[in-house]
Amino acid sequence: MSGKTVTRAQLSEAIYQEVGLSRDESAKLVAAVLDEIADTLSEGDVVKISSFGSFMVRDKAQRVGRNPKTGDEVPILPRRVVVFRASHVLKDRINRSLSALADSGD
Amino acid sequence: MTKSELILRIAELNPHLFQRDVERIVSTVFEEISAALARGDRVELRGFGAFSVKKRAPRLGRNPRTGAAVRVAEKFVPFFKSGKEFRERLNR
Repeated sequence: MSGKTVTRAQLSEAIYQEVGLSRDESAKLVAAVLDEIADTLSEGDVVKISSFGSFMVRDKAQRVGRNPKTGDEVPILPRRVVVFRASHVLKDRINRSLSALADSGD
Repeated sequence: MTKSELILRIAELNPHLFQRDVERIVSTVFEEISAALARGDRVELRGFGAFSVKKRAPRLGRNPRTGAAVRVAEKFVPFFKSGKEFRERLNR
């Protein structure tokens, strides 16, 4: 694995190149897309993006955790978490491309 | 919400843009994330979360019906971890 990190800046740059909006507006649109997904999930709705995957919110029950340093029991309160399930299309694409890289000794 | 509903929503919020441009914008976001993961790169979107690829080692599995051992090849699984802001927002 190449170990590089892609950030909001590269996504904005891709929109700037692809759609020809200004860099500033491209950045705002990346934020708008991510905010919209987060808003929808906060309302408890599922977000399904075809050939990418789906995001959903799960409720976690309260459980007893432990402070690993002191060994003290600490209650972990019930909370909501986001889970992402990648689509088969995305999983296959990643596996095809990364196994090819591994075979070529990368 | 589906991808097309997401496109409609972004188009509503940006009435000055052509719908076909909004389609390209939304598709570009997911395409860039997918392409990065396919290169084995990590995608870190501050406030939202991070996508990464985890490697699963090859293992000897078992056919649950016959009990026969089966070789399971090494594989790569995409993973998402929500960002701090996003998690706090869900639990407000």
